[in-house]
Amino acid sequence: MAFLQQFALLLALLIVFSTSCKAATLEVDSVEVGHNYSSKSSATEKTSTSTNDSTDGHAPSVISTLPIVTWKWHHVETPYLVALWILTCWLCKLVCELNHSVTSVFPESGLLIMLGFILGGIVWGADKAQTFKLIPTNFFYYLLPQIILDASYCMPNKLFFSNLGAILIHAIIGTCWNAGTVGIALWACYEGGAMGNLNIGPLQFLLFGALISAVDPVAVIAVFEEVHVNEVLYILVFGESLLNDGVTVVLYNVFDAFVSLGGPKINAAEIIKGIVSFFVVAFGGSFLGVVFAILISMLTRITKNVQVIEAGFIIVLGYLSYLTAEMLSLSAILSITFCGVCCQKYINANMDEKSVTTLRYTLKVMANGSETMIFVFLGVSAIDKNIWVWNTGFILLTIFFVVIFRFIGVFFLNWILNQSRLIPIDITDQFVMAYGGLRGAVAYGLAAILDEKKIPEKNLMLGTTLIVVYFTVILQGITMKPLVQWLKVKKATHSDLTLNGKMNNRAFEHILTAMEDICGRMGDNWWTRHWNYFEDKYVCWLLLKSDARKHKDPIFGAFHKLNLEDATKYVTEGERKGSLDFIRNYDSASVDFKKKLALEYGDITPYITADMSEYDFGIDNVPVTSVMKNPIPSVSLDIHEQDRKSMPDDLSAHHLLAQHLYKSRRDNRPTYSRSHYNTSENPDEMQEIFQRTMRSRLEPFKSAKMGVNPAKKLSKHPKKDSTHKPNGKPADPHRTHPYGDEDFEFSADSASSSEIAGNFHRRSTNTPGAGVDNPTGNNTAVAPSQRAQGRLPWTPTNLRHLAPLRMSTRSTDSFVMADASLDEEAPEEKPGTHHTRL
Amino acid sequence: MGSTNSTLLKIPNVEVLMQETGFSPAHIIRLHDRFKALDKEGRGHLCPQDFGAIKELAMNPIGDRIIGAFFSPGKEMVDFHTFVKILAHFRPVDKDRPKEPNSPELINSRSNKLKFAFQLYDQDKDGKISRDELLKVLRAMLGMQVTEEQLESIADRTIQEADLDRDDAISFEEFRKSLEKVNIDHKMSIRFLR
Repeated sequence: MAFLQQFALLLALLIVFSTSCKAATLEVDSVEVGHNYSSKSSATEKTSTSTNDSTDGHAPSVISTLPIVTWKWHHVETPYLVALWILTCWLCKLVCELNHSVTSVFPESGLLIMLGFILGGIVWGADKAQTFKLIPTNFFYYLLPQIILDASYCMPNKLFFSNLGAILIHAIIGTCWNAGTVGIALWACYEGGAMGNLNIGPLQFLLFGALISAVDPVAVIAVFEEVHVNEVLYILVFGESLLNDGVTVVLYNVFDAFVSLGGPKINAAEIIKGIVSFFVVAFGGSFLGVVFAILISMLTRITKNVQVIEAGFIIVLGYLSYLTAEMLSLSAILSITFCGVCCQKYINANMDEKSVTTLRYTLKVMANGSETMIFVFLGVSAIDKNIWVWNTGFILLTIFFVVIFRFIGVFFLNWILNQSRLIPIDITDQFVMAYGGLRGAVAYGLAAILDEKKIPEKNLMLGTTLIVVYFTVILQGITMKPLVQWLKVKKATHSDLTLNGKMNNRAFEHILTAMEDICGRMGDNWWTRHWNYFEDKYVCWLLLKSDARKHKDPIFGAFHKLNLEDATKYVTEGERKGSLDFIRNYDSASVDFKKKLALEYGDITPYITADMSEYDFGIDNVPVTSVMKNPIPSVSLDIHEQDRKSMPDDLSAHHLLAQHLYKSRRDNRPTYSRSHYNTSENPDEMQEIFQRTMRSRLEPFKSAKMGVNPAKKLSKHPKKDSTHKPNGKPADPHRTHPYGDEDFEFSADSASSSEIAGNFHRRSTNTPGAGVDNPTGNNTAVAPSQRAQGRLPWTPTNLRHLAPLRMSTRSTDSFVMADASLDEEAPEEKPGTHHTRL
Repeated sequence: MGSTNSTLLKIPNVEVLMQETGFSPAHIIRLHDRFKALDKEGRGHLCPQDFGAIKELAMNPIGDRIIGAFFSPGKEMVDFHTFVKILAHFRPVDKDRPKEPNSPELINSRSNKLKFAFQLYDQDKDGKISRDELLKVLRAMLGMQVTEEQLESIADRTIQEADLDRDDAISFEEFRKSLEKVNIDHKMSIRFLR
């Protein structure tokens, strides 16, 4: 079956692909002049071929009669080819991802290159020439920017800046070292006669060294994403690869200028100019990026009325920062990198959560899309007889030097860095860093724009670059994972977001700065603190919306996020069951206990739930675990909800909440533009969420504090049980009786509900920690809605009805009634609950 | 080297101190200079006012507590040995040092680092961070943007997160557990100049 599917896909791929080939050949037949140019450009993305097309496409022909339909290929030629190629490349990715046993061994980037070989072979077979190539212009203007923007926007900010020193040293000094040594060593070998007779001078060798020394972020991301190394190592490799692209381009330009000047004209003044221009270009580009970051952040302060396109601003301005830098001949890559890194914090705070998600996903789609295309085209470009000039000595020596000098450089620089690092980079990490020096499309792009007039051996260099790229991406890519495992490189540890962690982080920072003050030295913490102070006082004032400023505190942010998460779980669980029954049974405070429960006592929860089902208590025998695993109802007519399944938890938390909890209110307002919790427009809503979750969560504490210990015991029991396996206690349906005294904590209304045995058991089984129900808010909140549920379809809108009632009405009888009816009807229709009610 | 030795000789029991804290002679000398600089009146010990004179420390929201950590209860002064020992908590853990199985726990061990942080919260020294104690620290650290109610709920939630035995307070054991995944060695170390 799986094979069939793969086969079908491959077939589809071939069909799409052959269409584009066919199209190309059609084009060859008809447009003789512009053939090479237009088809090349169409291979990647839109360029200015429109002039070409318009003349051909609109060629006026004498018609004798009115045609009903006409064949207008030339109208759509370029965009059509572009679209087809994009589709082809993406289908390639799909094919690669079909079989996970392959991708677990073989990095995807390598597979894509190989598929590119096949496609290139087909094109070659059909056209007898390589009509599709990765054109440097397209690569640098249409494929690269979004990848860099995405990478820098998603960069772990704090980690990046705290390791910026090391990253910069590796990016600047390391790259210069690589460029210089590779160039000189190759030249020395050439002089020594290792590569026969070539028409290359020392400057050309240096130029080649410069272009080959760029560690490629695209390749690095693609490979390192799959290996999950520890975060410091990741940021070092990744940050370096991002920044050194900029450096490489600058170096390349300097050497290119030297080559054009020619050997004799280069004197000390020119060299100094070259060095100055290096720094001006690199730092100027970075500075321009920061300027754009400030612009973007300020712009997002005022975009709340055009929320729909809010995310677009970032992309356009990011792209503009790239182009502007290019225009000023500053480093475009550095510009867009710093733009993304610097603005992320502020725009995330300023923009609506939805826009942030949109931006993140749009960037991801664009970046992954173009990454795929780059790899495929790296493969396709290779199948071209014209570029291959084979020189064994040159090629092998290049590979050798590239690898060797990378290792030497990394080890040496790390040795220097380790002298002053608090946490030294250990030797395995250094090894992986050196080994992770993958070359990629940037090097190819730079090689492809070499001027053949100035560098006669351009094709040799291009071919060698391709081979180095293949060598590093495919060979090193494949071996990276086993190597990381074999060296036992520290892997990334995923830690949950906890308030304790956040709070203590802050405390630690304060302690450390204090200690540095006492020791009387200006350490790293001194800088951090002064930057924070400055940021608080001026930067945030300038770049953040006033209400966003309020929420910027990380401790508060974590708190807010956790609350939202809880509230979301609370709602989804209820939805899952198709009733609001959960509000009574799952006191919202239970949610985080359950999180712990699931982690610590995961082994017994199934027992509980399994036994529960025997005693069929109605709706509630939906296993707790499954509720937790799948936070979104399995049956839902809301399409968007399904889309969100794959989102990270925190995002989906915000979204589900926005979708469900207060949607109705929002819909009532004439605009839909604001989310509900962080706006000044509806502070009461925010207050409401806050109070609601907090009150319910705090209730168990208060009661526990009042000296009613059973609640405490309840939570402890499962833990004890977990050691000597359920002895029937947690599973026993009557197990609540020992804790019967928890009834004390129910106020009159909730106590009446607890008389319904089923509910009672359920509550205590599912949520031992929260067995103490809260007498205040939530119980009464359910009542009207449950009744309403009988009549109205269950939608989040109903929640609106409860809002006003929640505080005032305490209709206990309806509560019981609704509950009883629910218990009767629910078990049978459980799976379809949503369906029917929606 | 001669001057190094002469400075070292002035400090009584310097060998023991180095043994206990793991500081190198260069560290000790630098710290001793600093100690003397802080001790403006040359009494040979520091009192809270001396710490208070450090300008930056006054800006630190939990600066008082940190100063307090240098003084054992009831005492109003701290001598050089104690001073160095407190600072030794923040020495990075050295991996090269062979770990002798029966050697006493180093001052800069993980749990000692944590203990230091813990006692900053636990001002009444009852071995537990109560809600009030936590609230005070939070109030100091969170600043003005957060309202009192929010502060309280944050405190409650924080306790709830860490509180395993449901006594509405965080014991050291719970504190340690809640930070299990945090790399304390990284987060509670500073570089000491040689």
